[in-house]
Amino acid sequence: MAHGLTHLEELEAEAIHILRETAASFERPVLMYSIGKDSTVLLELALKAFAPGRLPFPVLHIDTTWKFREMIAFRDATAARLGLDLRVHTNREGLAQGISPITHGSKVHTDVMKTVALRQALSAGRYDAAIGGARRDEEKSRAKERIFSFRDANHRWDPKGQRPEFWSLYNPRVHPGESMRVFPLSNWTELDVWLYIWKLGLPVVDLYLARERPVVERNGTLIMVDDDRLPLKPGERIERRRVRFRTLGCYPLSGAIESDADTLEKVIEEMLLARTSERQGRLIDHDQSGSMEEKKREGYF
Amino acid sequence: MTLPTFTAGEDLRGWLDRYDRLQLLRVLTCGNVDDGKSTLIGRLLHDTGRIYEDHLKALEADSRVHGTTGGGLDLALVVDGLKAEREQGITIDVAWRYFTTARRAFIIADCPGHEQYTRNMATGASHCQLAISLIDARSGVTTQTRRHATIAAMLGIRHVVAAVNKMDLVGWSEPRFREIEAEFQGFCARLGIEHAVALPVSALTGEGVVRRSGAMPWFSGPALLELLEGVELPGPGDADPFRMPVQVVLRPSLDFRGFAGQVTSGDVRVGDRVRIMPRGTEARVARIVRPDAFGGDLERAHAPQSVVLCLDREVDCSRGDVIACFGGASDMRVGRRIVADLVWMVDAPLVAGQSLLCRVGTRITPARVLRVIHRLKVDTLAHEAAESMALNDIGRVELECEEPVAFDPYRVSRGTGAIVLIDRLSNATAAAGMIRTGDPSERGAHWDDQALDTVSSPVSGVSAAERDARWSQRPCCILLHGPPNTGKTESAFALERALWDLGHDAVVLDGQGMRSGLSKDLGFESGDRSENLRRAAEVARLLMGQGRIVIMSFVAPQDDVRERARALLGPDRCIFVHASEGFDIARIVMELASRGLIGRRTSA
Ligand SMILES: Nc1nc2c(ncn2[C@@H]2O[C@H](COP(=O)(O)OP(=O)(O)OP(=O)(O)O)[C@@H](O)[C@H]2O)c(=O)[nH]1
Ligand SMILES: [Mg+2]
Repeated sequence: MAHGLTHLEELEAEAIHILRETAASFERPVLMYSIGKDSTVLLELALKAFAPGRLPFPVLHIDTTWKFREMIAFRDATAARLGLDLRVHTNREGLAQGISPITHGSKVHTDVMKTVALRQALSAGRYDAAIGGARRDEEKSRAKERIFSFRDANHRWDPKGQRPEFWSLYNPRVHPGESMRVFPLSNWTELDVWLYIWKLGLPVVDLYLARERPVVERNGTLIMVDDDRLPLKPGERIERRRVRFRTLGCYPLSGAIESDADTLEKVIEEMLLARTSERQGRLIDHDQSGSMEEKKREGYF
Repeated sequence: MTLPTFTAGEDLRGWLDRYDRLQLLRVLTCGNVDDGKSTLIGRLLHDTGRIYEDHLKALEADSRVHGTTGGGLDLALVVDGLKAEREQGITIDVAWRYFTTARRAFIIADCPGHEQYTRNMATGASHCQLAISLIDARSGVTTQTRRHATIAAMLGIRHVVAAVNKMDLVGWSEPRFREIEAEFQGFCARLGIEHAVALPVSALTGEGVVRRSGAMPWFSGPALLELLEGVELPGPGDADPFRMPVQVVLRPSLDFRGFAGQVTSGDVRVGDRVRIMPRGTEARVARIVRPDAFGGDLERAHAPQSVVLCLDREVDCSRGDVIACFGGASDMRVGRRIVADLVWMVDAPLVAGQSLLCRVGTRITPARVLRVIHRLKVDTLAHEAAESMALNDIGRVELECEEPVAFDPYRVSRGTGAIVLIDRLSNATAAAGMIRTGDPSERGAHWDDQALDTVSSPVSGVSAAERDARWSQRPCCILLHGPPNTGKTESAFALERALWDLGHDAVVLDGQGMRSGLSKDLGFESGDRSENLRRAAEVARLLMGQGRIVIMSFVAPQDDVRERARALLGPDRCIFVHASEGFDIARIVMELASRGLIGRRTSA
């Protein structure tokens, strides 16, 4: 415990500082909201940073149309409860071409419906700063990223040429068309995020808690059958199992884990004893080693 | 026991509480390319069980493809996460890793060793409190080892651990280790690094990293992790001056106007007097609003909290300003000129006349380089005269900002003493800088300004012992202070007379006398009073350097300013008497004698 602040209080103070820097330094910032646990914390911190004032920027969700239904319901309820200026963007061309994780696989789907969609939304909104909830402990290329991470006019990340970043004296300068990705939760770990949610009693999507859910087992991964768009392969059958999710995304790409953790406390306990990483259930990370970096270079969050 | 700190069935609330209160240590690795920094961090994480099973599986596969260890686990790949890094087997940019043991939480910044990426190493160092300097036991201390140690020292890192690595390749040789240890510690001493220790390790085999080494029974010190867990960090000082750079002004309704920022130093309470810098406008803190939508107010805010301050009156205050404590020795400096130590980080050289953007706190202002004062030769630490600074050079420059800025020397307050220079055309971050002082020729210098070390103090041909033998006295200072017309001056001269009659040699420095000459440019504001006493104390210091007893008579109303004078002159050589105690000459003489400051030296 440094300076009489606890670990979480120190992380909170840093994140609030970053959020205020962003609001003050950019003309059109936007907060990326992905509905998951990290977004939940990010949103809470953003509200705190400007209280008793209102959130000085809109909130953007990139909807691939393949999110769990519960996520979308949670998103809309949250926006209504907090009075957010929520904007939702879907890649219409991708949708018209019928791009789906089922027919095109995770790589194409992610590229078109997430990365391209994000670039479209950022350009259309002329946002010069996009605030995201990514953490450095999530993945090895994220561990390398700055808090204020520069993007060129094509939204590309240049991992070999990042701006140095000293103390908390961020360099927010960008030319027209260029932009910044800002990561207030950079120094948080998965544990910190859960502990913060637990301590403050923040609401999260119920999918994080273990419940009986309809799943199929595919290549050793449990996929939840969230609607009737998931065709069953020969030999597959839907079973009801007690499962939960460590990360949330598009349902056909999110692996569930079998678990009895039906409260936040139990989720945290399970995580503390876990021997595998949170992204293990994410099918999109497994396309190839280094694939996250590739995606990020293309503009993915 | 350092391994998993949570056991199934344990009480979660209790565990959380312990976790939340762990002291955080921010550590970086540095040193020459290929000396084993990344391997060491990979080893640390691996041997403490901090690598998830799926990551370990990926690591095994990666090691076969990219590994530099002949197919065995290449632990550098745990942190070298970029494609280009894995292909080339080097680190390009900092990797941030987080882990906790039962005793401490760590943030580790694994930095690149290659000279080309010095800027990234400096990025890591600016966030850290301790540096692990890796040294390949075969090649020993190199230029790059020295460059990194120099940057770490400039950034204020007080703890450096030399991990003398690859001991397996030098037959675990103690003489080789001792040789490197001595050279490294000698260099650190010259950099003014207070805590420099060396440990022998092998990142490849794990000897000396998490566990003490069986292969080096001659080494009785701790393993690296033990050492990191035990390092003692200074807490924030009670005397740290309050500083809060204003980030945004919150104005949600007509009757609320709050200044949002993160306290970078010190603390503030409701009711405290503050100044809005650089204008110096006075106000009092009316409310400290907690950053929650509905949370109540705070009575006190301290570093590094993010808060919102409301002031008791309508003052001009906006982003870029600093809300600072009021007056005395801890006033911020205000001026357009700044002398700073820089690390230059872009290809095009820095030259006099160049125009850049300078970020201090939350203010970004155009600034011009007036001159390069010197460049540092990292091998010898010699200052060389220079007209310019090239990529990765370290040197000192004088800058002139377009508008007056408020700042502190970096040593006193990092949040308001650090600067970043930005290229105006490319927007590249061109330099990190540490402020030493303002314009040395400007009126109103400051207690914390450092001398420009181009001047060296001349040494007298008369020794302290000779003076002592002649005058039977040790240099010291008596300060008589209190309101005007309380007999300070009169008593000062009476004391001089008394000491003279006893055969001693004393000099009187009187406040009025100072103001008629040396300080005639100063007024009676708190900052000017502070400066007047500072000048007197500096004169006293010079006189004491030549064996004199100095009697000062000053109003000196500010406690903190008197304490600065006492610290400057040496607390055991100062006697401060306030008017309310009465100026009893005989008692002061007795006190001087009983403290051994006058009279024959009885024995050495
Ligand atoms: N024999 C031996 N080899 C080692 C040891 N530590 C590291 N190495 C090897 O030294 C090489 C360089 O190691 P890295 O950890 O990548 O070095 P680094 O200091 O991180 O290099 P940069 O980050 O590029 O500056 C690798 O091939 C390691 O396997 C050691 O203790 N003994
Ligand atoms: Mg390395």
